[in-house]
Amino acid sequence: MPIEYYIFLCLTLFSIGVIGVLTRRNAIIVFMCVELMLNAVNLLLVAFSKMNYAAAQAMSPTTTAGIDAQVFVFFIMVVAAAEVSIGLAIIVMIYRNTHSIDINFLNRLKN
Amino acid sequence: MNTLEILFFALSALAIVSAVMVLISKNPIHSVLWLILVFFAISGHYILLNAQFLAIVNIIVYAGAIMVLFLFVMMLMNVKKDKEPQKQLLVKLVGVIAGGSFLTLLIALVKQNTSFNGREVLMKEGSIGLIHPLGQALFTDYVVPFEISSVLFLSAMVGAVIIGKK
Repeated sequence: MPIEYYIFLCLTLFSIGVIGVLTRRNAIIVFMCVELMLNAVNLLLVAFSKMNYAAAQAMSPTTTAGIDAQVFVFFIMVVAAAEVSIGLAIIVMIYRNTHSIDINFLNRLKN
Repeated sequence: MNTLEILFFALSALAIVSAVMVLISKNPIHSVLWLILVFFAISGHYILLNAQFLAIVNIIVYAGAIMVLFLFVMMLMNVKKDKEPQKQLLVKLVGVIAGGSFLTLLIALVKQNTSFNGREVLMKEGSIGLIHPLGQALFTDYVVPFEISSVLFLSAMVGAVIIGKK
């Protein structure tokens, strides 16, 4: 499979996430769109790791080139899990104080 | 067109359609369910790339833990779908135009770049995505970041409890 197909797929998913962040007002949906962008990047990292592995395998069959990218994806998932727990706690606090999760309410933070 | 290409395009179409449905569904619960479908499609892509460990971890962590947390918080808040005020049409239109031009720009950049020409992704073969090589890399070369990430988890846990308590 050519690498361009994966790049186009991941760019499309990432742009859908960007559009969601720009157009929705529900804080949880905005947060979910950020998760969607993270996943698009993860898929692209794995595709690039297999691309580099295919090139290195032609030289030596026992190579482990490209394994760093998959370890990287694992760490991205770890950090995303920690980020979600903190972010949802913050959203619950906002809801408890304002009884709304509309992100336009957050412009009162500037006062 | 062989089986691999059919699977690739079917999973890609599923991922993109579900991602669009996340944006356009009015009920936030439905958005969460569509996003779970996106994650399953991405896990299918990992399996096609023979990254079995990441496919399982993606299902367990994202579809299993994170999305259940989202659903739980959403049901806890009991957000009515008619209570969410919609953005004005102009703002939505500007958002879609900005995102679309971002996508067009990036696709044009990739198409212009010649260093990707003829580079193939190795499908359904290769051992680097299996648990044994990944575990060996994780506990030899990456053991310090692994331990640091456990400290990160501990601090995230304490932070979430402190934020949620008052």
